[in-house]
Amino acid sequence: MDPIYLDNNATTACDPEVVAAMLPFFTEQFGNPSSMHSFGNQVGLAIKDARQRVQALLGAEHDSEIVFTSCGTESDSTAILSALKAQPERNQIITTVVEHPAILTLCDSLEKDGVVVHRLGVDKKGRIDLDEYKSLLSPRTAIVSVMWANNETGTLFPVETMAEMAHGVGAMFHSDAVQAVGKVAIDLKQTQIDMLSLSGHKLHAPKGVGVLYVRRNTRFRPLLRGGHQERGRRAGTENSAAIVGLGVAAQLAVEHLAFENREVKRLRDRLEAGILPQVPCSFVTGDPGNRLPNTANIAFEYVEGEAILLLLNKQGIAASSGSACTSGSLEPSHVMRAMGIPYTAAHGTIRFSLSRYTSEAQIDRVIAAVPPIIAQLRQLSPYWGERGPVAGADGGFAPAYA
Amino acid sequence: MWDYSEKVREHFYHPRNAGPLVDANAVGDVGSIKCGDALRLMLKVDPQSELIVDAHFQTFGCGSAIASSSALTEIVKGKTLDEALKVSNQEIADYLDGLPPEKMHCSVMGREALHAAVANFRGEVWNDDHSEGAMVCKCFAVDAVLIEKVIRDNKLSTVEQVTHYTKAGGGCSSCHEGVEEILAKVAQERCTAPAVAVQPPAAAVPPAKPRLTNFQRMRRIEEVVESIRPMLQRDHGDIEIVEVDGKNVYVNLKGACQGCMMEQATLSGIQAQLIDALGEFVQLLPAAMLGRPALAS
Ligand SMILES: Cc1ncc(COP(=O)(O)O)c(C=O)c1O
Repeated sequence: MDPIYLDNNATTACDPEVVAAMLPFFTEQFGNPSSMHSFGNQVGLAIKDARQRVQALLGAEHDSEIVFTSCGTESDSTAILSALKAQPERNQIITTVVEHPAILTLCDSLEKDGVVVHRLGVDKKGRIDLDEYKSLLSPRTAIVSVMWANNETGTLFPVETMAEMAHGVGAMFHSDAVQAVGKVAIDLKQTQIDMLSLSGHKLHAPKGVGVLYVRRNTRFRPLLRGGHQERGRRAGTENSAAIVGLGVAAQLAVEHLAFENREVKRLRDRLEAGILPQVPCSFVTGDPGNRLPNTANIAFEYVEGEAILLLLNKQGIAASSGSACTSGSLEPSHVMRAMGIPYTAAHGTIRFSLSRYTSEAQIDRVIAAVPPIIAQLRQLSPYWGERGPVAGADGGFAPAYA
Repeated sequence: MWDYSEKVREHFYHPRNAGPLVDANAVGDVGSIKCGDALRLMLKVDPQSELIVDAHFQTFGCGSAIASSSALTEIVKGKTLDEALKVSNQEIADYLDGLPPEKMHCSVMGREALHAAVANFRGEVWNDDHSEGAMVCKCFAVDAVLIEKVIRDNKLSTVEQVTHYTKAGGGCSSCHEGVEEILAKVAQERCTAPAVAVQPPAAAVPPAKPRLTNFQRMRRIEEVVESIRPMLQRDHGDIEIVEVDGKNVYVNLKGACQGCMMEQATLSGIQAQLIDALGEFVQLLPAAMLGRPALAS
């Protein structure tokens, strides 16, 4: 049975075109782009071309605003640390509680060093409150960092409006757009966003390459200092093969953007419409009306996510879970907890994330596979009786949330 | 994906003794939906012999929680209650050919359920020390409240002790910082800082190199350069000593080394080795600089 990969928010397959474009850069095109000879020169030109393709994908005004990095995490760290260092008179960060750990863990650590961090909460659908945001903005705000789209639920954030509001107090605005790039239209020159992170491996480029967009005239301090690569904003010899791959992936993303929002979205909706009516006590988490076209995050109450994933995996279906056990922690995903998803459901959330390679036949196989798996696990669960969830009457397993 | 043994997979895919046991007379409920795993162990015990005649389970949890529950029921069936109480969590893990370290708590939960069920049969109250503080050790599900209590009660002062008493920190070790913070907090209240043995490092006095005669010095420079040549030759380069003038050693880099981007790096590498061999500062310079005023280094 063909494997079905529905974990594209975790990482994506490299597009064959991307691989083909990269291969020469492991063999004959091995030169250092900084070198003066022709070995380096051709690589330099290829990187320039890749930069322009990423520029087009992001709608950046200048190609020099594109800084290649090693990953989304590096881009995130660079943006926040740069903003703090470049504006010593400002020592506050505003972010959200549902950011990726690339932002949250950094902020936790900065907080210990004395930086003031405000984390915007979210409502049941994972939405932030712009009034609360407004009340936190101050002349001490160095940077606001808000993700464009959440990786677990796909919920989109009003980053363009938030960037304008940040500029109102002279603060910088950064968006972790790792999940959004290639899935939603982005035209940075029409926005006031100062910095933006993307990661290659989320859009069919290889792992180990990312981009930090830095708007021209944004005060900037590099994270890695050394050589003059990336105009001194990110030292270290360029990962040329991966950068070239990212360039091709960026171009493909532009070409497939409409497909992503029509066809991939249709399959995602088909998946949800196929599963939800068949499985009692299940629901979509996040903001179904305002999210990435490829992401479906479904909570199955009274069952645990890892067990679901193992049974799906047995049938060749790959997805991911916000459950504690899958992450090696014992706490369910911070995103689910932030939305107030009850523990009965948070441990049983499954994220199906599609890509342009997902087929309708695959989706139909998943629709057929999921309901029996949930029923099987519920039979094992002390929280599930003959006719549904067990009420806490006998003092036994009172569900935390009924 | 976890690296589960064949046996764990097998017990997960085909759990033994799953589902309610209608005439159970010993029931142990442990875990909570918050922690992500919960187990109800149901035993049918012969009141005369205290023999466990049948055992069933219902589990909410991950693959290894379900497999551990299944294993537990198989292990205890046919044992007397006293024999069953001797089953350790390690035995449950061993029965499954091991569990990933991060999943050992699943076997601990099995043992707890067993104790709870026996207590239930005997009409005793079983004390579950799961509280609801912030989770510190995620591998073993130990929260801050419990760790703090154990530190206080037992006057613990190191992370290692905390691990021995609570298992916290015994898995991936990423919570050690968190455990240290709790230790520091309690220590501060006790006003005895955690015992840290601070020993001033012994003053580093380099062994004095005996002074070399001029001839010995030349020989040694030559030896160092000779030892490096094969490496350069491998890269189609070479090196030759042209002149030694006080602290300046003039050399010719040849072949591929000449003018290559690595020239400066090569020179400074060799220079470091010379300084080491001679026990004095020398400067390695391209022969082209012979006769020019020496650079300030
Ligand atoms: C929203 C978000 N930010 C950042 C990252 C980290 O990207 P990378 O893996 O390239 O460091 C991810 C990927 O998991 C992500 O989903």
